[in-house]
Amino acid sequence: MNLTLKVWRQAGPGAPGAFAEYQARDISPDMSFLEMLDVVNEDLTAKGEMPIAFDHDCREGICGMCGLMINGSAHGPMKATTTCQLHMRSFRSGETITIEPWRASAFPVLRDLCVDRSSFDRIIQAGGYVSVQTGNAVDGNALPVPKPDADAAMDAAACIGCGACVAACPNGSASLFTAAKVSHLGHLPQGQPERYRRALKMVAQMDLETFGGCTLFGECQEACPKDISIDTIARMNRDYMQASAFEPGENRKSGGAG
Amino acid sequence: MTASSLPAAGASRAPVGRLRRFWDSSVGKKVVMAVTGLGGIGFVVAHMAGNLQMFVPGTPAQAMHEYALGLRKLGPLLWVARAGLVVMVVLHATAALQLIARNRAARPVPYSRRVGQVSTLGAKTMRAGGILLALFVVFHILDMTLGVGHPQFVHLDPYNNLRLGFQRWWAVLFYVVAVIFLGLHLFHGAWASWRTLGLRRASDRPLHRNIAIALALFVTLGFLAVPVAAALGIFEPQTVVMDAAHTPEAAQ
Ligand code: HEM
Ligand code: FES
Repeated sequence: MNLTLKVWRQAGPGAPGAFAEYQARDISPDMSFLEMLDVVNEDLTAKGEMPIAFDHDCREGICGMCGLMINGSAHGPMKATTTCQLHMRSFRSGETITIEPWRASAFPVLRDLCVDRSSFDRIIQAGGYVSVQTGNAVDGNALPVPKPDADAAMDAAACIGCGACVAACPNGSASLFTAAKVSHLGHLPQGQPERYRRALKMVAQMDLETFGGCTLFGECQEACPKDISIDTIARMNRDYMQASAFEPGENRKSGGAG
Repeated sequence: MTASSLPAAGASRAPVGRLRRFWDSSVGKKVVMAVTGLGGIGFVVAHMAGNLQMFVPGTPAQAMHEYALGLRKLGPLLWVARAGLVVMVVLHATAALQLIARNRAARPVPYSRRVGQVSTLGAKTMRAGGILLALFVVFHILDMTLGVGHPQFVHLDPYNNLRLGFQRWWAVLFYVVAVIFLGLHLFHGAWASWRTLGLRRASDRPLHRNIAIALALFVTLGFLAVPVAAALGIFEPQTVVMDAAHTPEAAQ
């Protein structure tokens, strides 16, 4: 296949960016989208030009590093598929493909198609953890978990933190990501001690990172390579409301020994 | 609200009380919007039921007069209800404007191309439609409650006020457009509010909405009936028999 690429090139954070056009020649339909970019980059390197920077790691759809806005869709045209798992057979020879980075104030462009997603890390740091006892490892099945809860937790835990939800959202909201993390732990017995404080803290951090609010467009769910449902957002909101009513404000002196 | 009123990334969180913390969060504002929006739906349905007395067989003018009088007889309760409505609208609109500002600031550099996959017309018109509804509410209260700018307003004679008011083609047009946007607002809002409030149980098809479609159609058609019927000249002139205490002269 032969393709024309319109690729966002930007020399660094804050630098002005623009689209550049490249020809991708003799591309096999069995290549992944990233392999196609590798081919283009080899050409560019041979010509002494700067290769196109894009994020990737596992290339098997599990690490969450890759992520490109392809023809206006996060991760391209295939549903429930990361960019690395997208194959060139999803495109027609002769087509022009527009490739842009995720765009959000909380995801500043580092270079070309790479964005800084450490805002996600800070949301996780704010509450995406459980407290565990030190000492001997607990027996695997010592804590009974009802099957529907285990399933719901696993569905939410499938989130790989790629940021496609933010990228696809007209509001640039991180609600689906945050909700997936809140629900995944909140469904399990191990997640109960911090359940309500977790919702409070993660939402607060999400707002601090300047993500937008949720209008329930549903675009995030459609873009998610792991098919996370917007039902998680309803659950996050429910936990958040309960926390707002019952968790003390931050101006309360913490009591007890601490 | 400007972008600068958003907290900077990594800014330290100042100590805040519970209510403030709730209102300052994007989730809290959406919860306020959902609650006030549901209150709005309750009001809108009741209002529509009132309007439809325009079609009471035989004596619609008298029925509308008595309905208006009934509301006035609530006395101070009417003012409580009005105050409640004003508070709801102010909260809903304030949260809407602040969220719009936040959402815009969240994507300072636009995409050259972003293709919506599942956004409905309802979701896409929440902002523009909401702002149109705010303008409509102001016009509607001036026009049909206070009679400002109305060609022949008679206090407590809503039948003829509507009949004559809708002889202005532009008023009919404005009402029809506003009602259609209200329908779109509810098509998205009635569905979204249950999810915002976390009331919906998990579903295999979370984007599906049957009750919201029924409600939006019901409200749209119900509100369209009066201006459209008036424009078609269906309402005959009718005189209302008023108690001496409630004639326009007594009201002056
Ligand atoms: C005063 C004019 C109004 C404005 C400016 C306005 C604006 C908005 C906006 C912008 C949203 C979407 C917020 C978001 O998700 O980001 C919204 C949601 C909503 N509105 Fe309105 N609106 C108005 C009047 C109304 C009325 C009269 C009703 C009810 C009859 C209503 C019911 C709702 C509902 C139920 C929602 C959904 C809340 C949610 O998503 O949880 N609104 N409104
Ligand atoms: S590179 Fe790991 S998910 Fe695509």
